[in-house]
Amino acid sequence: MRPRWRFFRFSLLITKPGHKGVFFLLSVRIGLVVLALGGFGFDRLALAEELFTLSPERNRELVRMVRQDCGSCHGLTLRGGLGPALLPETLRDKPPAGLKYTILLGRPGTAMPPWQPFLSEAEADWIVAQLLRGFPEESR
Amino acid sequence: MTMLKALVGWSMLLVLPLLAWGGEPALRGAGDLGVIIERSAGRVLIVNTSDNRLISRVDGLGDLSHASVVFSRDAGYAYVFGRDGGLSKVDLLRGTLEKRIVQGGNSIGGAISQNGRLVAVANYEPGGLKVFAADTLESVADLPATYGDGQLSKVVGIADLPGNRFIYSLFDADQIWIADLSDPKSPKVEKFPNIGRSPYDGLVTPDGRYYLAGLFGEDGIALLDTWQPQSGVQRILAHYGRGEEKLPVYKMPHLRGWAVAGHHAYLPAIGRHEVLVADTVTWKETARIAVRGQPVFVVARPDGRQVWVNFAFPDNGFVQVIDTLTGQIVQTLEPGKAVLHLEFTPRGEAVWISARDDNKVLVYDTARFARLAELPAESPSGIFFTSRAHRIGF
Repeated sequence: MRPRWRFFRFSLLITKPGHKGVFFLLSVRIGLVVLALGGFGFDRLALAEELFTLSPERNRELVRMVRQDCGSCHGLTLRGGLGPALLPETLRDKPPAGLKYTILLGRPGTAMPPWQPFLSEAEADWIVAQLLRGFPEESR
Repeated sequence: MTMLKALVGWSMLLVLPLLAWGGEPALRGAGDLGVIIERSAGRVLIVNTSDNRLISRVDGLGDLSHASVVFSRDAGYAYVFGRDGGLSKVDLLRGTLEKRIVQGGNSIGGAISQNGRLVAVANYEPGGLKVFAADTLESVADLPATYGDGQLSKVVGIADLPGNRFIYSLFDADQIWIADLSDPKSPKVEKFPNIGRSPYDGLVTPDGRYYLAGLFGEDGIALLDTWQPQSGVQRILAHYGRGEEKLPVYKMPHLRGWAVAGHHAYLPAIGRHEVLVADTVTWKETARIAVRGQPVFVVARPDGRQVWVNFAFPDNGFVQVIDTLTGQIVQTLEPGKAVLHLEFTPRGEAVWISARDDNKVLVYDTARFARLAELPAESPSGIFFTSRAHRIGF
């Protein structure tokens, strides 16, 4: 629990009240509430995935975002680049909640930025679930 | 009518064998050619910048999600460095893939030696430099980027130096290395440690003298005067962030010698909406220019009068133009969705811009900013023209 709490504090510190920052702060707060209510249980991930369905359009956007924008560091095939590989076999032994918060909050001290300004919690859950089962290709 | 049909039929009979044979390409030069990377298709387009035309497509180059290109000194061949460690030699005049090897697991870019005989690849995995013969792609040298207790560092920011040397940075080890391949059988490596945290890319000035490594881990740029390497690496533009926290970086900027216009270098500030300007004699900061987003490519038009800038996600639909005389932004363009790269024609009358998510490449007149042409391309990224063949640091 502790180290993750530290992440939040750090993110709050680095957040500047720019146009993105406002959303960032807001979503960090929503995140804190969700945490307080739900905790970090791994089974929440499965639950979230069941309850949450993306619109086909948002689905396409997220697949594109992960393949293209995450891909600029992790590789279009997600086999790694400046950032590590994001394949099921490389992520399998990592707790899904940790992956989700790495996506949302970034990793301070590394090149991994927080994607929270562009993603909801549920969308981050969805991305983690897809990464763990082998991320879909972009449809043409 | 039947006469006409017969005539067409007979002439087809004459032409068909010619088409099937293909034959030698018509005699022509390669100085106005270039390649465009179709990143998700593993393909390059060969284009002609004199008539803004697509000439041919070359398939089978593997994972080009991050790709860069250098050219043989006769400008007839492109060496394409792919993300998957692939090194492909493309014949631009025939439009064919002449040879392809997979030399590493994950690579970032490469360089060609001063004499054009050696092609060096900078690898993330396994971290290090591999050198190949430019004509055959046979292996010449393998120089692992070993540091600490035998770890291998990712290699970034490779460029050629005069004397058949290559200079590059070690992302994980905070070092600059110079590999001297003047005798390819016994390469010598000179190492410069403690250059600053996490160099992410590097450039050599157009005269081949200074190497600049941009630092991701701290504000500032590491500078090495390769004419006087004994004086060591110095830090320039230190603390350009003035202690302020930087914005999250969604795309790493890229550095090359194109950043130099006249006696100024125009450099992307990491995590800031600014272009930093440094005097290339004193290497002191002379200005900083506020721009639309976080700069990715900051490229001087060949005459140095303009500097064009594109941006990281989420501002990657914009391109801005700086007038180097006044230091002002004179134009903001919206060429398309997800602008990834731009490249000037050899003397800069036009610029080609790739808009990945619009699946097109746009050609602009750089004097009037008018759109001259639009070429369809599938998820286009890097654009590379053969004029690079004759520039140090490309």
